[in-house]
Amino acid sequence: MKVDIDTGLLNNRVMANDIRLSTNQLNLYYGDFQALRNITLDIPERAITAIIGPSGCGKSTFLRVFNRMNDLITGVRIEGRVELDGIDIYDKEIDVVELRKRVGMVFQKPNPFPMSVFENVAYGPKRHGIKNRIELENIVERSLRQAALWDEVEDKLSQSALALSGGQQQRLCIARVLAVEPEVILMDEPCSALDPVATLRIEDLMRTLAENYTIVIVTHNMQQAARASDMAAFLMMEDDRAGTLVEYGPTAEIFTNPKDKRTEDYITGRFG
Amino acid sequence: MEIRTTFRKKLKEIQDDVLVMGSMVEKAINQSIKALKERDITLANRIIESDKKVNMKRFEIEEKCIQLIATQQPMASDLRIILAVFNIISEVERIGDHAEGIAKIVLMIGDEPPLKPLIDIPRMADKTVDMLQRSLDAFVKHDSESAKKIPVEDDEVDGLYDQVFRELLTFMAEDPKTITRATRLIWVAHNLERSADRVTNICERVVYMVTGKMEEIGASKY
Repeated sequence: MKVDIDTGLLNNRVMANDIRLSTNQLNLYYGDFQALRNITLDIPERAITAIIGPSGCGKSTFLRVFNRMNDLITGVRIEGRVELDGIDIYDKEIDVVELRKRVGMVFQKPNPFPMSVFENVAYGPKRHGIKNRIELENIVERSLRQAALWDEVEDKLSQSALALSGGQQQRLCIARVLAVEPEVILMDEPCSALDPVATLRIEDLMRTLAENYTIVIVTHNMQQAARASDMAAFLMMEDDRAGTLVEYGPTAEIFTNPKDKRTEDYITGRFG
Repeated sequence: MEIRTTFRKKLKEIQDDVLVMGSMVEKAINQSIKALKERDITLANRIIESDKKVNMKRFEIEEKCIQLIATQQPMASDLRIILAVFNIISEVERIGDHAEGIAKIVLMIGDEPPLKPLIDIPRMADKTVDMLQRSLDAFVKHDSESAKKIPVEDDEVDGLYDQVFRELLTFMAEDPKTITRATRLIWVAHNLERSADRVTNICERVVYMVTGKMEEIGASKY
């Protein structure tokens, strides 16, 4: 972990120069229903931040705020500010395609395209205008290496991605994200469809990637959040079902000495 | 391909920390005997001061263990390593206290004339430090066979303790004016004898860590 996060957290503001993402007084509505209430927090760069909380508390909604995936849902309305490197990503001037290139996403179920391993990884760079075959080959190899998959698929590049195992497919999806050289990788329950060993592989991979990327992961698996993250944010539903941020801090502290009784109750399994 | 590399690294780090703490305490014992032999008040004070660092190190290791348990869900042999560390550092810390105890006796003795040249007490110390070193070596190497053999050697320390005790008793019987000085030396020997007993406890924890069995190995005479 590059950031000395231990030393300065004040009202969920990271006291470091290296903040990659932040939200300020964020409210999100699906029509009349408020899904997120008043969320303010900073996400440090080159670290893994986990978002935990009971089902329906708005974890995934919150994650999707960072690459404007919620825009695809009709009736979504946002109040407050969401910044990437200090820039308001909900500004009119923002190119959403460019934003999603900088803030990549990995989903719960591995979703490789029904094409070859090579084409899956080359897809993004091609869409962004890279045509040179050698350049594409380099990108594919680099991305697959970064995703710790190269050794397993080196001789299967032209085979269908659907023939890979679940864990390999998920690493392929990570490679696909890496191919467009993002700054941030959002992961929405990336291991929930994987077996324990494949899960631990992905966690190891996340740790390696965190040396260069900012990772935000949503997980309902508290043990995973504990194992894999540097920072943890605990979200909970209020009576009207709007998700709020209960506690945010270094993972080791959240899991050994949470400040809020509700966090304690959740992580010790007393509710949720 | 090895998995859980971060966890493995942290677990290794904790085991290295135990060795560091062990060497701090080995040094403390050696120096306490040096201070006793040379009536070195400055050194004795330094040992007492250093014991705080040993205690801090113990808390630091404990904290790391707690974090690993809370965040990494260690299982089976990994869990036993952490539980063994918890117990071992508490024994090592107490051995450190025994060294500090000897340093405090050195302060009490001050510049009183020596009762007799010290022979068996330094021997007890050497033996104890040697046993401690090897017990921690067995710990990092996960070597239960060596760990089982070390406690047998506690008899040697106990034998030396008997000898020191009898000899000092003779002094006291012959000349009651030596009682204070002799008693202090008995305390020193007692601190060493207890330290060696604690090494036995460390060995038991190493055996538990490796085999998963709790067993008492070599019950001490004292």
